[in-house]
Amino acid sequence: MRALALKPEVIRIKTSPPHPAAAMLGAKADAARARMEATGYRRTPAPDWLLTGLAWLAGMAVLVAAWTLIAKLGGRIPDPLTVGAAAAKIYGDPFYSKGPNDQGIGWNVLSSLRRVGIGFGLAALVGIPLGFMIGRWRFLSGMAAPVIALLKPVSPLAWLPIGLLVFKAANPAAIYVIFVCSLWPMIVNTAVGVRQIPQDYLNVARVLQLSEWKVFTKILFPAVLPYMITGVRLSIGVAWLVIVAAEMLTGGVGIGFWVWDEWNNLKVEHILIAIITIGLVGLALEQALVLLARRFSYES
Amino acid sequence: MNPERYLSVEGLTKTFETRKGDFAALAAIDLAMRKGEFVTLIGHSGCGKTTLLNLVAGLAAPTSGTILLAGKHVDGPGPDRGVVFQNHSLLPWLTCFENVHLAVERVFDGKKSLLKKRTHEALELVGLSHAEHKYPHEISGGMKQRVGIARALAIEPKVLLLDEPFGALDALTRATLQDELMRIVAKTGATVLMVTHDVDEAVLLSDRVVMMTNGPAARIGEVLEVDLARPRERLTLAHDARFMDLRAAVLEFLYEKQAHKARLKVA
Repeated sequence: MRALALKPEVIRIKTSPPHPAAAMLGAKADAARARMEATGYRRTPAPDWLLTGLAWLAGMAVLVAAWTLIAKLGGRIPDPLTVGAAAAKIYGDPFYSKGPNDQGIGWNVLSSLRRVGIGFGLAALVGIPLGFMIGRWRFLSGMAAPVIALLKPVSPLAWLPIGLLVFKAANPAAIYVIFVCSLWPMIVNTAVGVRQIPQDYLNVARVLQLSEWKVFTKILFPAVLPYMITGVRLSIGVAWLVIVAAEMLTGGVGIGFWVWDEWNNLKVEHILIAIITIGLVGLALEQALVLLARRFSYES
Repeated sequence: MNPERYLSVEGLTKTFETRKGDFAALAAIDLAMRKGEFVTLIGHSGCGKTTLLNLVAGLAAPTSGTILLAGKHVDGPGPDRGVVFQNHSLLPWLTCFENVHLAVERVFDGKKSLLKKRTHEALELVGLSHAEHKYPHEISGGMKQRVGIARALAIEPKVLLLDEPFGALDALTRATLQDELMRIVAKTGATVLMVTHDVDEAVLLSDRVVMMTNGPAARIGEVLEVDLARPRERLTLAHDARFMDLRAAVLEFLYEKQAHKARLKVA
């Protein structure tokens, strides 16, 4: 090896001039060779994606190993293979419907997402304009601060009885809980965004005497958008956490109800499938919003 | 209207209310500018030169005194004054073209194609036609400041107000932009009021250098007529005796007359 490494010059001269890419590779190889000669062994750093992938795989392996171990020790917890087989069956037919209490996992997830979507959408409709106003007017901000401070720490589920009382039905009550829990992050982040708008941008608007509409569309809205998206991200995260619990309490169709139903049926493997499914859907929502946020973030 | 007083600042004072009581930033400023004149305001930091510029821009209201531009009372910001801010203040979510166009469409009526043409011309004037569709974060600091100048000039203001526009740039870029600014001003005949703390910049660019005393209650200390012929060449002037004298006069004001006062204040 060593002897070979000492003779690259001789070899290169004999070949035709290398392609630029090849020259680059050659340079890299030279550097690697230099290191080899200095240290006696090769130390090329692994590419980033490989390391990330390996770490990911290792993490998942630890999770599965721990699960298997617990399954072996505990007895009542099914091991990954059993759950995998059950999952294959459940995901084989996700959209069946045998009455309101027996529907495929696809329907359950979609019903939950629908509730989150409606509750969250209503919260955005109310929270974003409210956040703009609170951010823009100091008095309103002073008014809102104690109310938000008081209500924000309340578990959204504590609002469920009020929802049931007012709406007299489970579905709107669940949507209402989602509305309440999504509202605060939306208001707070939008208001913070409005307050963070650099004075310079507002000065530009003042110097040009832009119309209120132009100020809103060209300056306020784009400046606040990244903050709003953060609010949306937090809201959706919380909403997805809360919907499972709310549905356990209200029943009907939904992933949360399904978890509870399978507990009543003592189908532990289905509960585990539900947990993984909830995790995957939450992850997908989060990632979608991260992508959205990246699209609308600006460097000045 | 007196042509010698195209921009006229009379008995201007500005007092800020602070927690420790009133702070008098400017005391009795009188200044008149001809149409097409280039005037720089120079002084130590905190002397209120930016405050004065903001008052002319209408971004702040004077405590007393009046500002007249082309015979019209200034009582708020308006597109008859183009402002170039210290840190470019381009909107990061708009391209260079859109940033300038925002100003153009506010000020001019007419067909869309005409407004676009104006915007193109403004960017061409500052030599940025090639970067029209880039976003501010994709271009250099000097280029951003050029877009700022294009935006301010595109609305054909009566006076161009520059607040230390090149302060954040490296020396080489600054020199290039100073030359560019001289070329643009010569071409457009713009009336310019510029704040700077760079002595060479002040003498090189101005028809008159207005030197301000240290705050609080800053006043105009001296006014220096820069009687150097235009167009001015940076390299020629570097060995020009008159340029040296003028430069020395400003330095003397800043570092002898005003430095003394500053030291007393510390002691």
